[in-house]
Amino acid sequence: MDTLLVLPILIPLATAALTLIAARALRIQRALSFAGMASLLITGVVILLHVDEHGIAVAQAGGWAAPYGITLVADRLSALLVTAAGVVGLATTVFTGFSLDRRRERASFYPLLNVLLMGVCGSFLTGDLFNLYVCFEVMLMASFVLLTLGGTRAQLEGGLKYLILNLVSSAIFLTAGGLLYRAVGTLNMADIAEQVAAYPDTGLMDTLAMLFLVAFGLKAAMFPFFFWLPASYHTPPPVVSAVFAGLLSKVGVYALLRTFTMMFTGHLAFTHTVLAVLACATMIAGVLGAVAQMEIRRILSFQIVSSIGFLILGLALMSKIALAGAVFYLLHNIVVKTNLFFLAGVIEKLRGHGDLRRLGGLWRERPVLSVLFLVSALSLAGIPPLSGFWAKLVLLRAGLEGEWYWAIGIAVVVALLTLYSMTKIWALAFWKDAPPNEFAFTGRERDVREKSARRAMLPVVALTVVTVAIGFLAGPIFEMALATAEQLLDPSQYVTAVLGGVS
Amino acid sequence: MESWLAIVVGFMYAAGFFMLLRRSLMKVIIGLSIFTHGANLLLFTAGNVTRVGDGVQLPIVPHGAAALTGAYADPLPQALVLTAIVISFGIQAFALVLVRRAYQAVGSDDLDRMTSTDTEEGALLHELPRRRGSVRGFLPWRRTRAA
Repeated sequence: MDTLLVLPILIPLATAALTLIAARALRIQRALSFAGMASLLITGVVILLHVDEHGIAVAQAGGWAAPYGITLVADRLSALLVTAAGVVGLATTVFTGFSLDRRRERASFYPLLNVLLMGVCGSFLTGDLFNLYVCFEVMLMASFVLLTLGGTRAQLEGGLKYLILNLVSSAIFLTAGGLLYRAVGTLNMADIAEQVAAYPDTGLMDTLAMLFLVAFGLKAAMFPFFFWLPASYHTPPPVVSAVFAGLLSKVGVYALLRTFTMMFTGHLAFTHTVLAVLACATMIAGVLGAVAQMEIRRILSFQIVSSIGFLILGLALMSKIALAGAVFYLLHNIVVKTNLFFLAGVIEKLRGHGDLRRLGGLWRERPVLSVLFLVSALSLAGIPPLSGFWAKLVLLRAGLEGEWYWAIGIAVVVALLTLYSMTKIWALAFWKDAPPNEFAFTGRERDVREKSARRAMLPVVALTVVTVAIGFLAGPIFEMALATAEQLLDPSQYVTAVLGGVS
Repeated sequence: MESWLAIVVGFMYAAGFFMLLRRSLMKVIIGLSIFTHGANLLLFTAGNVTRVGDGVQLPIVPHGAAALTGAYADPLPQALVLTAIVISFGIQAFALVLVRRAYQAVGSDDLDRMTSTDTEEGALLHELPRRRGSVRGFLPWRRTRAA
């Protein structure tokens, strides 16, 4: 059991090292990265099956008992997210090989991608607050370099904004962790959950909860802290945006889910009301930004912010069905967001830009691409029977059951505006005729770009199949999400698995 | 001792935030550095700052006893501080190089002039100048001639 839980961290680390050794041989790097991501995906599925059968899995590093040693824990949520990370990693590796320019690809792209995945999987699996901080930093360090790789002016500027805000967040996280350690004398999350519940001074715990909210909210791009995301996510090559959109901001949401379902559950009336208000503000701010933009990837960046709002709303409602909706939405969103950024990358490959005012006629020229885009866009907007519809339906039902009518009203309006901004991309880039004097690539340049775009459709098709599958297999997946929510709502399972269980 | 350290930590947070709000990038980075050091010092303080003597023990359970009885300095936060210092050192080194490169690309370290991520429309912001050759001068920590 121990080795199985270490693998999602070990595999990307080993792959990163091997790809670094093979720095001069691009094909070997691609093959290695592909193999690494595929085995990560398989490991994720194995962990998921194991957790499904035997309950929460725990690995104590070096055999040190729980509150003292380093603990890795996989409950259903962690296992699901590691699997999703494997899917995104695999698709990204394939898409990189087909779409990224050689110079960037050669400049240690694959090692960085694998280190990023290591940090992401580590954050999902760790059962220790300080290790969570370390995994965050590993992930951030890789993301800083990925974001600025190539060093164009916009990338450097976007990278700076991203870096500064994330460093502030890390320092606040460290502060909160230090104060919490002083108060309860432990860093093991299961132990913290028990100690916080028994702590006499609830005011102090509320303060700490808010510090964690700020730290993770900055990472997740929650309402007052989201400005760095739309300022940086559209600057790097599309494949980098895709993996950031799919995984990075979701890690912040995961940390919020963990903290506010397990540790700070003593004062729901305060903490979760704050969460609900911020969630609604996040949704509105994100979707209004998306409506105002005229470039594909900028629209999608603001849509990330908006969907973070939906996820946090599910957490704020804090009922079984709401959390299940949030988990379902998380899985759906990881796949769909990555795919939409891939599609934006294909369009930029074909036309050389993603500006809606100068695009057009893609429907006539590329019907397959258009249909694939339509599936993902409608899925994000929540049109039945695609995956986004079920996720939103469940969240809305949870809101009605919890009598959060104002939040539901906002969510419905935001969903409509999401549909509007997606149809805007559809109408302007695909449906309308190409502008008369549109710049077009010619000769060899065009052939190279068309070939690369055709090949890059492979991961797009694969992810679209996954999206459609999530939509049509909504029943079984929702049952899995319900089981996940049950585990989240009952932290005692996690606590006994870590502190009392024999690994 | 602890209250003095707490005051110092508070002062460092205030100074760090003040510097973070400045327009000059260099000052922002210095502010970040002060802020992170404040956090490190806070972690250190959280571990009970005491000296051995006067009933204060080393944090080692004596032979035959089951647990520590008197006051002791907790060694764990000190280990955490070491890790945090190493991490923040690495990231600040990267941040400094990034500032230098951004300064070269923009020609200013004024944050108000770094708006091309918001204002440049339509262009592919990551498109590289068409140039064949090695990777030198291409990684973010190396200088490019064509900027």
